[in-house]
Amino acid sequence: MSRGLPFAANPLLDVRLPAYRSKLVMLMIALAFIALVARAVYLQVITNEFLQRQGEVRYGRTVELPASRGKMLDRNGIVLASSLPARAVWASPEDLRATPEQLAELARLLQMPPRELKRLVADEDKTFVYLKRQVEADVAVQVEELGIAGVHQRKEYKRYYPEGEALAHVVGFTNVEDVGQEGMELSQQPRLAGQPGSRRVLRDRLGRTVEDVGLIREPRDGRDLQLSIDTKIQYHAFAALRDAVVQNRAKAGAVVVLDVHTGEVLALANLPTYDPNDRDGLSGARLRNRVITDTFEPGSTLKPFAILVGLESGKYTPQTMVDTAPGYLTIGNRTIHDAHAHGALTVEQVLQKSSNIGTAKIALSMPAQRMWEMYAAAGFGQAPQIGFPGAVAGRLRPYKTWKPIEQATISYGHGISVSLIQLARAYTMFARNGDIVPISMTKANEDVPGVQVASPKAVAAVRKMLEMATGPGGTAPQAQVPGYRVAGKTGTAYKQEGGRYVKKYISSFVGFAPVSNPRLVVAVMIDEPSAGQYYGGTVAAPVFSRIVGDALRTLRVPPDAPLAGQMITAEPVPESM
Amino acid sequence: MIRLNVLLASLLVICALGLVTSQHRGRKLFVDVEREQAQSRQLDIHWNQLQLEQSALATSSLIDAKARKGLSMQPAPPQRTLYLNLDTPTEKTAMGTAR
Repeated sequence: MSRGLPFAANPLLDVRLPAYRSKLVMLMIALAFIALVARAVYLQVITNEFLQRQGEVRYGRTVELPASRGKMLDRNGIVLASSLPARAVWASPEDLRATPEQLAELARLLQMPPRELKRLVADEDKTFVYLKRQVEADVAVQVEELGIAGVHQRKEYKRYYPEGEALAHVVGFTNVEDVGQEGMELSQQPRLAGQPGSRRVLRDRLGRTVEDVGLIREPRDGRDLQLSIDTKIQYHAFAALRDAVVQNRAKAGAVVVLDVHTGEVLALANLPTYDPNDRDGLSGARLRNRVITDTFEPGSTLKPFAILVGLESGKYTPQTMVDTAPGYLTIGNRTIHDAHAHGALTVEQVLQKSSNIGTAKIALSMPAQRMWEMYAAAGFGQAPQIGFPGAVAGRLRPYKTWKPIEQATISYGHGISVSLIQLARAYTMFARNGDIVPISMTKANEDVPGVQVASPKAVAAVRKMLEMATGPGGTAPQAQVPGYRVAGKTGTAYKQEGGRYVKKYISSFVGFAPVSNPRLVVAVMIDEPSAGQYYGGTVAAPVFSRIVGDALRTLRVPPDAPLAGQMITAEPVPESM
Repeated sequence: MIRLNVLLASLLVICALGLVTSQHRGRKLFVDVEREQAQSRQLDIHWNQLQLEQSALATSSLIDAKARKGLSMQPAPPQRTLYLNLDTPTEKTAMGTAR
């Protein structure tokens, strides 16, 4: 344009404008500023909370912090139960878009029949259906790689039991929600279960977590649990029991091994059993923990307690003669028998030869109250405190209701019912010096003090008799273990069905070893042996012998029985009794 | 007066830049922490898995079966075992009472 033209020469500037126009502009600008300020106040102050919330909804995420269930370990730290992450595969049939090949592949990965899979996803109205739960992590990855629309996964845990059926009844199992259902999994649920935590985070548009907001609730992992079980001894016990049950064509069997010093349960096995990793087709009989939740009439294994009462009273010594002739004894209108007529026996021989009549005669000369007190002190009639679900008390009727015939039968183990673990615990009295310890399923780190229930002198006498019972002339020479002195008592009892005794048997053996310094109490029970043999001495005692031998070697207990020419010792093996 | 303003303005800019970089660094570190934590969880799971595998591969029943069938081994009965007494007092050994 033309440069020469002076600025003021613009004719427009010469125009005189009304003053209100500039005022109007000023006013409008002022109003605009006021509007801005008002808006700012509105956003920052009045709706601040709402907006913050909306922002959080868009970018904030609550992240679940999973907590794992505690492991279960044996006394030497071997894993007995442990949880690993797994996936639940679920589908939304509504959104499912898959080719037949993809479905077939999915069915193969999930190890289910294709038809079953099709049936699950057939209903298109559903928005959620589990295809399979507890899918192992590597399979889940393959499922994800199929990339089928409408198939999703959810994190969960799967629990594994490496020891399988050998330890099923002790450990128990959890359900798909990782909640204990049986055994220690159930009884220790609060300790084992973890407490999942959560945190609020901000995610950027790529889905990366960029910031923590708000409180973090820390997850609390379940605590590990160390059981008293020794897997090696457990295996020996289970294997011996399994062989015996098969060999005797028995209906069931049970074994428990206790540590004499600490009262810990070193092994506890049951047959029939199940695999906790694969629980299809479980029945009550296989689930049942016969050691703890079943009671039975123990038979002769209870005799030592009646004899002990006799010895404690001072009325009897091991050498006192008791006449058991002629092999039967009538009390009231009932008659009790011995398997063989023995004639006159010493108290020692009564127990060694397991004479019902001898035991009954000793029992009948004792006050019923004193006997009841001994049984109660031994733990019969009370559920043992072992922190295990379903522990039963058994039946021990109050002594005031005992008739003489009952006092006689109770002395040899009929008319009273006990569980195998009660029986094993009661025998710790003989293995120790007349005191009895509480039993524990979890590892104890030190010896526990016992409660004195009988005098050491009387107990030592009974201990000697129990050793004689496994010796020549006793009922259970098959309980002997090469290299170790053992002591114990057989039991053979008729089973009751519908209130009557039937010709079915429970064979049992309870004993301890080595006698010079007892370390283990082992109780064996074989239910309905039906291969011809049914005496405790021939059915249960060999199981005891095998378990004791294997367990003592596992524990590296030095032998206390002389093995001629085999020992290299500076001094002879000490004999404490 | 102007000088002071310029100084303050440049200080403000520097502070603002510092804030931006430190925030950026904070986020990066946060991502790193997250990654390491995820890795630690992963390792934990792996450790559990290995422990489980060890237990499963070393069950007494497996060892027993392998030893008996695979290696034809049998338990040593006490008759064939020599027991050495560890508690032998040393003086006695010196005196020749222990063999």
